[in-house]
This record gives sequence, structure tokens and C-alpha cells, in this order.
Amino acid sequence: MTLLNIKNLSVEFETAGGAFRAVDGVDIAVDENDILAIVGESGSGKSVSMLAMMGLLPWTATITADEMSFDGIDLRDLSAKQRRKVIGRDMSMIFQEPMSSLNPCFTVGFQIKETLRIHMDMDRAQRQKRAVELLELVGIPDPERRLKAFPHQMSGGMSQRVMIAMALACKPRLLIADEPTTALDVTIQAQILDLLTDLQKETGMALILITHDMGVVAETAQRVQVQYAGQKVEEQPVRDLFAHPHHPYTAALLDALPERATERHLPTIPGVVPGQYDRPQGCLFSPRCKFADDKCRAVSPPVQPRDLGLARCHYPVNAKEDAV
Amino acid sequence: MNTVVTADHLARHYEVGGGLFSKPGVVKALSEASFSVEAGKTLAVVGESGCGKSTLARLVTLIEEPTAGTLKIDGVEATPDNWDKLRDTVQIVFQDPYGSLNLRHRVGAILEEPLKINRPQMSAKERQEKAREMMALVGLRSEHYDRFPHMFSGGQRQRIAIARALMLEPKLLVLDEPVSALDLSIQSQVLNLLLDLQERLDLAYLFISHDLSVVRHVADDVVVMYLGRPVEFGSKEEVFANPRHPYTKALLSATPSTEPHPDKARIKLEGELPSPLAIPDGCPFAPRCWKAQDKCRAERPELMGDHPAACWFPEG
Repeated sequence: MTLLNIKNLSVEFETAGGAFRAVDGVDIAVDENDILAIVGESGSGKSVSMLAMMGLLPWTATITADEMSFDGIDLRDLSAKQRRKVIGRDMSMIFQEPMSSLNPCFTVGFQIKETLRIHMDMDRAQRQKRAVELLELVGIPDPERRLKAFPHQMSGGMSQRVMIAMALACKPRLLIADEPTTALDVTIQAQILDLLTDLQKETGMALILITHDMGVVAETAQRVQVQYAGQKVEEQPVRDLFAHPHHPYTAALLDALPERATERHLPTIPGVVPGQYDRPQGCLFSPRCKFADDKCRAVSPPVQPRDLGLARCHYPVNAKEDAV
Repeated sequence: MNTVVTADHLARHYEVGGGLFSKPGVVKALSEASFSVEAGKTLAVVGESGCGKSTLARLVTLIEEPTAGTLKIDGVEATPDNWDKLRDTVQIVFQDPYGSLNLRHRVGAILEEPLKINRPQMSAKERQEKAREMMALVGLRSEHYDRFPHMFSGGQRQRIAIARALMLEPKLLVLDEPVSALDLSIQSQVLNLLLDLQERLDLAYLFISHDLSVVRHVADDVVVMYLGRPVEFGSKEEVFANPRHPYTKALLSATPSTEPHPDKARIKLEGELPSPLAIPDGCPFAPRCWKAQDKCRAERPELMGDHPAACWFPEG
């Protein structure tokens, strides 16, 4: 059975200018031992879909889905109280800004133990022991002393380790990491990514990695799902995606990477991601796509079969190479 | 060869803390920075946070005075007395285009302001002509002249910021992480624009970045900095193909590459940057270096060799 299964998830926000569809018919399926990366530019709805699942969106959001289940529990009609039992225990999340996701008024130890106090049946001494264990696990030296530290006394990399320790406190079966390394330096990023993948291997949990960095995707993920303007446009195993992207957007995005450049001028994607008021008819990528024709501009494209990377496109690229 | 800027042993130290009875600490934000940039060339400065990149940018753009060393711009030594004359020659583009443009000014006003201050003899009409010319050059349409910054996307805002920096026809543009706040598909548009402008106007760039894949694409020469000191200097080819300082090597191996090959051995650096208040004696990188020996911890290495690296035991 799939651990997390989301079908046709849509999220609409009520704004002063009318309804805005941030997520549009996205499917996500993750199993244990799986690392799924969700990539996309800003506004592609990658974070919103995860927040919707965790029930962390404000009341202005309307969430609809054909299916949204975690470990057999239907997340759609869960009360807030029931949801809190799942979230933080079986399913937890790491956010982008480690410095601002910790509460500055409490020590790191208090915040880690709070999770344990609420979700686990542990007494004070056990909680202390487990907290020390957790900090050791995420590679923080001198954990007993560090538990008494306040967030402002730690660096960004350390804070992110604490966040990871907190997320792992109750041995979750699904960990969602939302841009876990964007705010960090490269060498620290490498440490954190290694830590996450090692922990994933050890515990066999499922990991969803949300990022916009193609390099991070290539080095950590097993499967990749590309999102554009709220839609999932492609899904493939990581190697295949980088070798044979099927959606023109993925292809263009990969070409635009400076390290893949063959000449001084980089290939670009003209235009910008459509916003609330200029959502095009038909394919959302058509105004920026070099292959687009009249059909693309009028008719929403179908989802192609799996061997074409589930590309949401009328004319998927690299199709022939696959057939041979 | 036309050298636009030369820095010689530039340093900037800050005094922090201290009170009535306690001695202030000294943060050595930048020390011993020597480099030169030629017209039409790009010097990239690479390093992690706290390595002195932004301090360097502030010194070169004449926002702050160095505590030691000399800075020559266009052959003239920069001292606070002649700053206002030299500022025409050096301009800066900041990282965050959402924060660096005045939201209450129209694009036209933003672009004309440098001219109002520095070219008082120019008439309003000339100024407007110049601004429109510049907008065309950076790929903005002329109807954008009367719009406010909030109506633009990140990439377009960065174009406005670049246009503003070019209004005084500088010879050197300091680019402080110009694309790191932008999305990937927009990033390539802005990088292309920068390369075009460099070719057309024969600009020198001081390109500050932490993203090595971008640096590899745009730079001619690269300076790698660590804790306020340059640790390696060389041409792009030398630094990327044959890094000599262990830190450069670690930085290169930590940068995620888009070729998926999970078996790649990554150099793992232990620990984090030491506090700039307590820079270790000896080599500043020694506490994290896998090759550090007693000599490293005792004596600080200077930049040595013809592809200089500040290391007692350089690679390769």
C-alpha cells in the first residue's frame, strides 16, 4: 500500500481579486524507502500542496482532492484534533528558514522535548535521554550543553540540525523537507543533505524534498516531480529525467543551467511564470514554449503515459528515443 | 590592457562590543585582499557567508574606507576626499531586487536620480532620453518608464537595478549576488544580459557569488575567500580544473552537480566557520581541514606559487 497517496489535489485561495488556483490537479504518491523531489520555480505550488496536506493553510484556502490518504487514514475529513495526532508524529516537516522556525523564547531542548511530551508516552528522564540521542544523531557536538541553548546562540546549520532532530523525534514515517538547505552555505548544505539521506536509509522513512535547485535534486532524489504554475508537468526517476526530459518545460529548465551551457550565451525561457490574472488558455506553458502551436494555446494537454514521464503536454519531447 | 581597479593588501576591521571597562573586540572582516580587474573582464569572488565578500564590495564601491591597504580606481588612488569623483566609475547591483528599488518612485525617476545628483548641468529632457535609451539597452519596454517597481517581476526588477547602475556610464560594476534571488529560468536571462552588456560597453565586473556553477559560466578569474582572506587566486580554468587550496577543493565537491551519479565521493568538511572574532592563529582553515598539521595550526600561510594558494600543503 502506498504510504501517502494524493490524487487530483487542488488548492484555491480567496483573494481580493477573485479565486486564485495555486495548486491545480496534482497527484503525489510516496512509499516507504522512497525519496521524491518536487521541483519548480516560485509560484509552482510545491510548498502549498504540502502545507495543504499538513492542514497548515489559512482559512482563505479551499482544498479539494479526489483522494488524500496517509497510511490508510483519510486526511480530508480529519478534525483538527485528530490531525494533530498524526502530524508531528508519523508525518513531520522541516521548513526553509531554520532561524525563524524555532521559537526564540524557549531553549532548543524544551522545543524538542515538547514534541516528545505531546506525542510519546515518556517520562521526563526518558525525554531528556531521547533528546540527547536525537542531537547526537544529527551530529551536534556536546548535545547535553546544546539542549540548554537558545536558538539565537546557534548558527544556521546548527538550527537546521535542531529542526531535523525535532522532526525526527517521534520516528516519522514521512518527512517533508521544504527547501531545507536554501538558506545555508554550500558546505553546510552538503552536510545537511548527507544527513537527511543517511537518516532516510537508516530508518526507511519516506522523504519528500521540495526544492528549486536542480543540483540538489540530482544528488539526493530517486524520483522527481516537476511542477509548473500549480500543475504537475512531469514525473520520472531522477536519471531518466536528467537524460531524457519529456516536457518542454523540464527540457528548457535543464538547458538553462549554467553548468550545462555549451556556449557563452545561455539558452533562456522567455517570459515569466503566469500569475493570477494572466493564466493562459490551454497549456499553461504554451506562451513560453518554443514548440507551442494553436492546439496548445486552446486545449489543455492530456497527461501522457508513464513511459513518457506522465508529461502534461500535447507534443512531449524526446519521445522517439524512448520508443527505440 | 586597461586596468580599472587595483586593490593592494586591502583590509577592513571593525571594532565591536566593548564598554566602559572592557576592551572592544576586533572583527577582521577583510584582510590582505589584493587583486586587479581589467576592462571587459570578470573577476569572481567566491566564498561562504562571513568570508568578507560583501565587505569587499562595500570597499570597492567606496561606501566604506579600508583600514589598511590601497585601492586604485582608474589609476587614481581612492581616498575619502576624491570619492565623489570616483563614484561615477564604480557602481553596484545588489542581491535582492525587491529591497533595492524605492517602491514609491517610478522607474523613470529611479533611473534619473543618479544623473540628477551627479550631472546637475543635464536638462530634464536629456535625462529622460538617457533613461529611455538605457531601458532599451537592458531589455525594458519604453512604456515601463512610468510604472512602479511593484508591477515588475524579479527578473525585470533586476534589469531596472542594472540599468540604474549603468546610468553614469561606470567602468566597473560590482555585482553582489545578482542572480541568487531569481528563479532558474529568469536567472539565465539576467546572466545573458550581463554578458551582452559587458561585451558592448567593455565593462569590468566584480562578480560576487556563492554559486559555483554560475561563477564557472561568467568568470575570467576567480578569488576564493575564507574568513576574510583570499585563499586561492587563479584563472577560471586553473581554479576549477586544478584547485590547489583544500577549501576550494571541498567547496567544489560540495556543490551539487546536475549529473546524477550517486557514487561521487564528496569531501565532507567537519564543523562550521569559526567566529570572525576569534580567528584561529595559523591557517584559518586548519580546524576544518583534513590535511592540517602542526605547522598549519602555528603559522599562517601566505598566498604562494604562480597559481597562488594560501596553504602549506597545496593540492596538485
